[in-house]
Amino acid sequence: MAIDKRITAATEALQGIKDGATVMLSGFGGSGFANTLITALRDLGRRDLTVVANSATHPLAKTQILIEAKQVRKVICSAARGRGKELSAFEEQWKAGTIELEVLAQGTFAERIRAGGAGIPAFYTPSAAGTDLAKGKEIRRFNGRDYVLETAIEADLALIRGDIGDRFGNLTFRGSQANFGPGMATAAKLVIAEVFTAQQDALPPDRVMLSGVFVDHVLAVGGR
Amino acid sequence: MGKLNRQQMAWRAAQDLQEGMLVNLGLGMPVACSQYVPHGREIVFQSENGVIGAGPLAGKNAADPDLVDAGSRQITVAVGGVVIDSVASFAMIRGGHIDVTLLGAFEVAANGDLANWDSRIPDKGPLVGGAMDLAASAKAVWVIMEHTTRKGGPRLLDQCSLPLTAPHCVKRVYTNLAVLSVGPDGFTVHEIIPGMSQAELQAATGAKLTFAPDCGTINAPDLADEE
Repeated sequence: MAIDKRITAATEALQGIKDGATVMLSGFGGSGFANTLITALRDLGRRDLTVVANSATHPLAKTQILIEAKQVRKVICSAARGRGKELSAFEEQWKAGTIELEVLAQGTFAERIRAGGAGIPAFYTPSAAGTDLAKGKEIRRFNGRDYVLETAIEADLALIRGDIGDRFGNLTFRGSQANFGPGMATAAKLVIAEVFTAQQDALPPDRVMLSGVFVDHVLAVGGR
Repeated sequence: MGKLNRQQMAWRAAQDLQEGMLVNLGLGMPVACSQYVPHGREIVFQSENGVIGAGPLAGKNAADPDLVDAGSRQITVAVGGVVIDSVASFAMIRGGHIDVTLLGAFEVAANGDLANWDSRIPDKGPLVGGAMDLAASAKAVWVIMEHTTRKGGPRLLDQCSLPLTAPHCVKRVYTNLAVLSVGPDGFTVHEIIPGMSQAELQAATGAKLTFAPDCGTINAPDLADEE
């Protein structure tokens, strides 16, 4: 049997995800959201999820359908403010106290994910030192400057978006689509990528932007 | 000539960007700076989501939803630009590779403290984004903001009243009334809009101002304000 990570639907691949799982969702600013996979996760109906996504409220991300379906217990993000005066689904539940929020500097958010995938349990960062976000966290001084101790984030599942995938799970990204995808792929036990197209032939080695080592399943969804 | 409008504030800050600098522009007025860089001066604009060499906004025909900047705007990539992932982008930011970050702000204190992420809007969620990383680690933090609040209160203060983005980080402030630097002695004024006296500027400011011996006037071109 040859290796072939291409799948035609996400349902079966998601079956092992249980209530209470931690789920990483890639995407930034309308680029790199795995919206087909997020919809499949919503349909699966698991509850008490911890969602790790840069924005809790981006209008182009399907993250909000998980929140609207009350499947999310906690959000870890750097941006939790919806646009406009009306409250987003996240803000409504946060205000009501039914959803927990951990807000981070975006670089800390990214680096905690990187650390999770790279075998680093914790690290010190200069970001947020001297601010409210460092309250309750260990501060240590190196070379006359304060740094904040931050711990790694790992997940049960990462849903990411790429451009072209091959049967080995190797991926390319287009535009600014990569953003949090490569990092999240290293930090989750199960990684599913939705791509514009998934090909039988291997991508040229020097065009691959994320090694298939970090990708379990590739689902072609079109939509370039 | 009265107060500078937002485009003129962006124009004034852009004049101080130097050839070859790696510059991160924050949301709002800062992103307008890229269009006012003096002709022929090459600046590399970094967008926190990993676009190094962000170009002008994409025209309607070229707009690509997969290529956006930190403000979710569909952009182009300038010649020589590259795209990296968020982990690498923030390593670049925290690692001190950004020459200047131009940020909007609510308040700046005389000791360089910056408050630009939480204006305490009731019930709205917090929005940190990349501001804390940029403010903590860029080689220079420059702020563009209105000199006073909508109610006329000062934004340049002895001490910030809003939650900090980073302490002791701001080096320059471009307002609609003046250009200031921030140093060990607090705020120093380098330029004022024509027709405004030092006493009038001081009255609009919540911290003591020092006026540079060569303090001049801002001569901004006429620019239509965006709406």
